[in-house]
Amino acid sequence: MTVDEKGSAAAAERAPHGANGGHPHQEDYEPVFTGEVRRELDELLTRYPTRMAALLPALWMVQHERGWVSEAAMAEVAEVLRLTPAYVKGVVTFYTMYHQHPVGQHFIQVCTTSPCGACGAEEVVKAFLEHTGCGELGLTSPDGRYTVIEVECLGACGFATPVMVNDEFIESVTPARVPELLAELR
Amino acid sequence: MADASLVTLTIEGRQVAVPAGTSILEAAKTAGVLIPHYCYHPGLPVAGVCRMCLVEVEKAPKLAPACATAVAEGQVVHVHSEKSLEARKGVLEFLLINHPLDCPICDQAGECELQDYTYREGRAHGRLKEPKRFNPAEDFGGDVLYVTNRCILCTRCVRFMDDVAHDPVLNVSERGDRAVIGKFEGRDLTHPWAGNVIDLCPVGALVSKDFLNKARAWELDRTPSICPNCSQGCNAILETRDNMVVRMRPRPNGDVNQYFLCDHGRLNYRWMNRTDRVEAPLVRQGDRLAAADWDRALHAAGMLLNGKRVHALVSPMLSNESLYLLSELVEQTGGRGTFRVERGAEAPLPGVPDLALRAERAANVRGAEMLGFEKSDTPLAGLQPDEVLLVAGDDLHDLDADTLASASAIIVLGPTLPEVARTAAVVLPTTNMAEEEGTFTNLRGRVQRYMQAKAPPGMARPVWWAAGDLLTLLGGRGGYFLASEAFGALAGARPEFAGMTYDTLGLRGQMLSGDAESAGVAR
Amino acid sequence: MGFPHPSHPSETPLLSEHFGNPAARSLTTWRSLGGYQALERALGMEPSAIVAIVKESGLRGRGGAGFPTGMKWSFMKPGDGKPHYLCCNADESEPGTFKDREIMRWTPHALIEGCAIGAYAIGAETCYIYIRGEFTEPLRAMDAAVREAYAAGILGANAMGTGKRVDVHVHKGAGAYICGEETALMNSLEGRRGNPRIKPPFPAVAGLFGKPTTINNVETLAAVPHILNRGAEWYKSMSLSSPKSAGTKLFSVCGNVAKPGNYEVVLGFPFKDFLYDVCGGPLPGRTFKAVIPGGSSVPIQTMAEAEATRMDYEGFVEQGSMLGSGGVIVFDDDQCMVKLIARLARFYAHESCAQCTQCREGTAWVTRILERIEAGGGTMDDLDTLLNLSENMTGKTICVLSDSCAAPVVSGIQKFRDEFEAHITGKRCPMGARAAA
Repeated sequence: MTVDEKGSAAAAERAPHGANGGHPHQEDYEPVFTGEVRRELDELLTRYPTRMAALLPALWMVQHERGWVSEAAMAEVAEVLRLTPAYVKGVVTFYTMYHQHPVGQHFIQVCTTSPCGACGAEEVVKAFLEHTGCGELGLTSPDGRYTVIEVECLGACGFATPVMVNDEFIESVTPARVPELLAELR
Repeated sequence: MADASLVTLTIEGRQVAVPAGTSILEAAKTAGVLIPHYCYHPGLPVAGVCRMCLVEVEKAPKLAPACATAVAEGQVVHVHSEKSLEARKGVLEFLLINHPLDCPICDQAGECELQDYTYREGRAHGRLKEPKRFNPAEDFGGDVLYVTNRCILCTRCVRFMDDVAHDPVLNVSERGDRAVIGKFEGRDLTHPWAGNVIDLCPVGALVSKDFLNKARAWELDRTPSICPNCSQGCNAILETRDNMVVRMRPRPNGDVNQYFLCDHGRLNYRWMNRTDRVEAPLVRQGDRLAAADWDRALHAAGMLLNGKRVHALVSPMLSNESLYLLSELVEQTGGRGTFRVERGAEAPLPGVPDLALRAERAANVRGAEMLGFEKSDTPLAGLQPDEVLLVAGDDLHDLDADTLASASAIIVLGPTLPEVARTAAVVLPTTNMAEEEGTFTNLRGRVQRYMQAKAPPGMARPVWWAAGDLLTLLGGRGGYFLASEAFGALAGARPEFAGMTYDTLGLRGQMLSGDAESAGVAR
Repeated sequence: MGFPHPSHPSETPLLSEHFGNPAARSLTTWRSLGGYQALERALGMEPSAIVAIVKESGLRGRGGAGFPTGMKWSFMKPGDGKPHYLCCNADESEPGTFKDREIMRWTPHALIEGCAIGAYAIGAETCYIYIRGEFTEPLRAMDAAVREAYAAGILGANAMGTGKRVDVHVHKGAGAYICGEETALMNSLEGRRGNPRIKPPFPAVAGLFGKPTTINNVETLAAVPHILNRGAEWYKSMSLSSPKSAGTKLFSVCGNVAKPGNYEVVLGFPFKDFLYDVCGGPLPGRTFKAVIPGGSSVPIQTMAEAEATRMDYEGFVEQGSMLGSGGVIVFDDDQCMVKLIARLARFYAHESCAQCTQCREGTAWVTRILERIEAGGGTMDDLDTLLNLSENMTGKTICVLSDSCAAPVVSGIQKFRDEFEAHITGKRCPMGARAAA
């Protein structure tokens, strides 16, 4: 799935359910784990002695398909893995990489932990906020294209400032490079 | 247990010997030392997260969590050393920085472990200069309200729902100081045993909606009791304020209910406070019932019973003592006794063996059956014109006046006078279980005492008292003044109760002889 | 080698030899470089013999704790009738550390080989490589390499044709620093919140899925094939100091330094030479002010301490810090220590799993005090409070995240107190004007 498809999938999901999503048995909820995705999960389950162990991978599959993990999707994952929705939600909220709300088509994470902070990461953040039109951290730009957040240590401190755009890792970003990087995303 | 498996250690200078594998925290209890704690609860898996129970163990490099550290031979444990006290003071300060300090409006105040330990061991002044974190309260469904700001994340509630109720509807959501107890939208705390999270919560974070703002903890009188609302016989505490029962909570008994009480049981206490009571004995005078003193009323009843067979319609909510003397009365007249039981769905607590809200919603079904009363859905079938109907405790709902009228006379012993029994010849006002002392026999044959929690209205007396006096009038052996005497008579007369006294029963009860071994096998 | 910079002559590139060479990712190239010979040899040996060699080599855990690897493996009792598991800790999240990332990115087969040998040595048929979710490129490289290894019969039910089963699975994390703590990692792998577990029981007794488990860091496992190929004596002999610190170690260098990157040196190397020569010294016109030498969780060193340090397990301790994960964070005279420490504290507050009281509340509170001081709103008693809170946060929790937050706070106030006091008396950051520009 390309970034573009993911973005529009996220937008489509947003429309009928609102931010909280719906119940998995609601008529307008389309299950994630059917067909090829279901087969992928079944294959994955053979790697672990418990179904629960497939929870993080299953949530990744949801996010890959839908762009975010709605409450309805959490309930579906719970059903598939024989867990409870509350349990799944407890896990989802522990890990920062699962989006609990739809995000922009390009989800931009800038590392600002001390090592990168000492190398000017704050300026990189400012440049992204300015050039994407997001204005504030965590908000999605009016055109739905961008969401910019600060992220804790990305584990690439020697390449300050590292930035992740969706699944792509960009090293050694400076404020001056930001407009050019954004142009490449268009 | 063999001595070989005992571990000897010293806690606060006191030597104790406990089975290997015991935690320091539990070992300290045997030495009479309370190690302050929040997340630990003997009925739940150990979490070890509140870090309140840190104690100094000699020769250990770090303070040890007493709940999660097993005893070792020769260990020397200091609970109140400077290091332990400093650590606890630190925990208390951390727990309070974002706490709203709203004790004056908190239901938990007075029975709050955060309040108690802070008072005993905490800092006199807080050092927080920043604004406090704020989260709105949330209705968790069932009887439970979550006051987020008071939560100390001990996770007792989560562990209860996961590991005891086997219904994981609660979670810890988010991380760090953003963490809260969470649930999933639309999935509420509706499990029949969910209300236990309120008791388990050591602070005022999970509070009962039923009890909300009803009373301050220090205004309550607490009485050991037995939940009368099903045949399980869960040990309970009745809490009263101004002679009103305002709350019922579980009382630990490892042989019956561990630490727990179901929602049906705990919330079903309002009938104990009914005010539409019969407060004086009533004797028929023509077309009306006139108040009388006990002697006159008993005499009137005795006259009616003389030479007649009794059909006793009793309640399985009556004590063993009452049922015993009623059964003697039935026998004395050559009559018979019946009872009926309200039924509902059984609701087990999966994490505890043999604990459930039982289908039979009355405390003493077993006692009634054992004392010769016949369980029937049509308890008045075959009522004869030459029989006196003696109603004891049954509220006569769904029974019509015509059926009752086929008896030669009606005598009512009850807390209230049901409408259909307005034709009664004699009405004797009796206490409800909260107003008397007595025993119930649970479905497994455990005989358990309950104490008097509130004063009875007017001239009401326990059924056993009235029944005993009637028995005396008919030439039988009665006339007891204390519940313990009535129980003594029962124990002397019935081999199942042989050897039992109120003292031997204590607060944990005793199995009927004959049931003890089979119960041992079943458990 | 000093990827992304050319190798420095003082380096001993063993694990890093092929960093930067995309060809090394493929199985064909890797085999031509001698890959999987050690595994082949290992599968023909008794597991106990492998453990003995690794024990003899002196290899110690490269993830932070420095526990002797052979000894850790020997805790796994053979023939206990239970499934055993190996977990490879590739959740590299310690600020300042980015070495495992490069091992997986450039030489994924080196790690697979180490994992397979390790699994076989501890009687495990399954190894899970837990890789942090943000490592998208290493994840892709590892996924591809694992597929290749299965296709080539290196992994699976009949590993390298020996009839022995060795499975290696990549498991992707989802954003939680604490999952680098070994028991949290196991919880996460099981599909739980990444909460550290109380020990005992230790993983070798009841670990992943309740079964005996060993957890090793990427760098540790990647070193194992070299030891099997060239012998314990050879590895042990690589030391510039004591036999307690043997072999090469990857140091990730970042912050205000001329040539940030990964450098591999023999343990015992002089830290002063490392900083000023190997890594190219400070940026032009600047001087070094402070170093956090072992990832953000270890105490800060002054330059005097750093320059007197021998780069081994004991050497860093002697100079007021720890080797940790080998993530060297360098700060120069242009940096505000209060701001850097406040930002580090914020990191820990963000990452606290929320279990233990001291950590959940303490990391957040310490952060707020530090940020207030940095903004000019501090008072002198705040420093006492910070030190006291740090004490209450040290040695009292299930894992050491809380301690890790306290360490830079305490060492920062002790060693750079003048900067804290300048913020308080001046009611602003002395460097604030420039930082805000």
